[in-house]
Amino acid sequence: MEQATFETNIEDVKPPATSVGVIGWVKQNLFNGWLNSILTIFTFVVLWKIVPPFFRWAFIDSVWNTTGQACRHAAGACWSIVSANYRFIIFGFYPYDQQWRPFLAMMILFGLLFYSRNRKHWKKSLGYAWILGLFTMGLLMKGGLFGLVPVETTKWGGLPLTLLLSVFGLTAAYPLGVVLALGRRSKLPAIKVLCILYIELIRGVPLISLLFMSSIIFPLFLPEGITINKILRAQVAIILFTAAYIAEVVRGGLQAMSRGQYEAAESLGLNYYLTMRLVILPQALKIVIPPTVSILISAFKDTSLVVIIALWDLLKTTQSVLSNPEWMGFSREAYIFIAIFYFLGCFSMSNYSRKLEKELSAGEESR
Amino acid sequence: MNEALEKNMKYRSSDEAMIEIIDVHKWFGDFHVLRGINLTVHKQERIVICGPSGSGKSTLIRCINRLEEHHRGRIIVDGTELTNNIKNIEKIRAEVGMVFQHFNLFPHLTILDNLTLGPIWVRKIPKAKAEEAAMYYLEKVHIAEQAHKYPGQLSGGQQQRVAIARSLCMNPKVMLFDEPTSALDPEMIKEVLDVMIELAQEGMTMIVVTHEMGFARSVAHRVLFMDFGQIVEGNTPQEFFDNPKHERTKLFLSQILH
Repeated sequence: MEQATFETNIEDVKPPATSVGVIGWVKQNLFNGWLNSILTIFTFVVLWKIVPPFFRWAFIDSVWNTTGQACRHAAGACWSIVSANYRFIIFGFYPYDQQWRPFLAMMILFGLLFYSRNRKHWKKSLGYAWILGLFTMGLLMKGGLFGLVPVETTKWGGLPLTLLLSVFGLTAAYPLGVVLALGRRSKLPAIKVLCILYIELIRGVPLISLLFMSSIIFPLFLPEGITINKILRAQVAIILFTAAYIAEVVRGGLQAMSRGQYEAAESLGLNYYLTMRLVILPQALKIVIPPTVSILISAFKDTSLVVIIALWDLLKTTQSVLSNPEWMGFSREAYIFIAIFYFLGCFSMSNYSRKLEKELSAGEESR
Repeated sequence: MNEALEKNMKYRSSDEAMIEIIDVHKWFGDFHVLRGINLTVHKQERIVICGPSGSGKSTLIRCINRLEEHHRGRIIVDGTELTNNIKNIEKIRAEVGMVFQHFNLFPHLTILDNLTLGPIWVRKIPKAKAEEAAMYYLEKVHIAEQAHKYPGQLSGGQQQRVAIARSLCMNPKVMLFDEPTSALDPEMIKEVLDVMIELAQEGMTMIVVTHEMGFARSVAHRVLFMDFGQIVEGNTPQEFFDNPKHERTKLFLSQILH
């Protein structure tokens, strides 16, 4: 108590101007607090209005394992649409008794992705593991060897297709984008102009039109009798599209590098390739991790656009379940289920990028 | 200055030419930055170049390892002429060490990795050997205990000493210094100059662009004064400082020596 009084006295001794300032400061904060409390109360009201009813709908009044008919009498969510159709949603038209194959392939993919998270594992052996894994996944999906029944790619669908398009789309687009960015900054005019043309043309066109071109226009130019797999064409369109965006982001990173870094590398006698690989790109790519991941995330979601060229990806299989009369009208539940898949994919990407960024800047402080 | 150093400094450089610069001109756009430079640097010779800013002194030494391209004349480094031949340029750069005003260490690599990058990738020396050599040179610039830190964790003076060690790891035949102490806080200048003096004692061929006149007086065989893209005057430090011939040199010295 005495202490407090003492401090108050000291406050009193201070010049009036400061006191006024303090009062003003307090007032302003009080006012601010007021506004904040109103906002807080408002937020709580909104949450109260939304969360409990949603919880009730999703978990208490919901039905989980019934027929579509039974669902119509339930007050809550009809999760039965997922439990009854999950095999079709996930695997599409892949032969029912063979669906363990895409399942196994996806497990291999997840395993490899998970193992690759740790940078300490980035060795040559991991590269071989990926090559072996890719080969096994391809074999599992396509079959035709070792007694596996061949499955036409037209029957591929659902989650394996979405993963195929996005994982390969992103991993191929990234290096291509880096090469394009370097090309755009090249001193050789021909390469530079080609890269600028490519980037600006692709960026000036929506992905949908690229997909249309790849599926409808492109085959017209092919000679009679030659067809290129539809999935492959969509895949290429996604890669080309994403690479153009990545190129521009990487170019931003390259421009952020100081002239001194190039000069220091060059004056050690490093050639262009080594300068880029050892000095410039490691720094530039690290700078642009956040925008790059944004592009990768949006590319991952954009793979769902392949529905317009009649590829049965995860979204399309879900939609087709909804057109079944038995399950018509339960789109909320079905789409929430799909949204969870996409969210998990996107969230792990952004999470991983943050982890990577932190690791790469460990011990390193800004100059 | 100790006696041994003094003795060493008096030792005349060899007559063999290390760098020959013959009538070199360079333009930045319309700006005529180098106007007919003629200079021969002998093996083990130490040259200090001074002059007002914009006089072309940095540009001149940057031409020697082709960070800048000269437009007329010839530059011959250790018998190899600098042309557009990229292989020649890379070869010369590996033989010519360069120390920059702003250090230009690679911030994403540890000090040790900064030092071994050139030896491993350009000289193709095995990693273990390169690291051994790197530690030797870090020892030499009195900074071995920092080997596993990153450049951002070091002071300016320490960074510049690392930069010198990085150049030395390539076993260069010539060392170029482009205002090595200009970006440093005053209390750190001495530690860098001391390292450069030690280097001079060992007979390294050096071209130093600097305004550290004490260093020039004690270390240089020749001091050159540049102005308006020309070498106005070049002489032994003694003559240069005590008996400058040219008016512009006198004016510059009066400004810089107070």
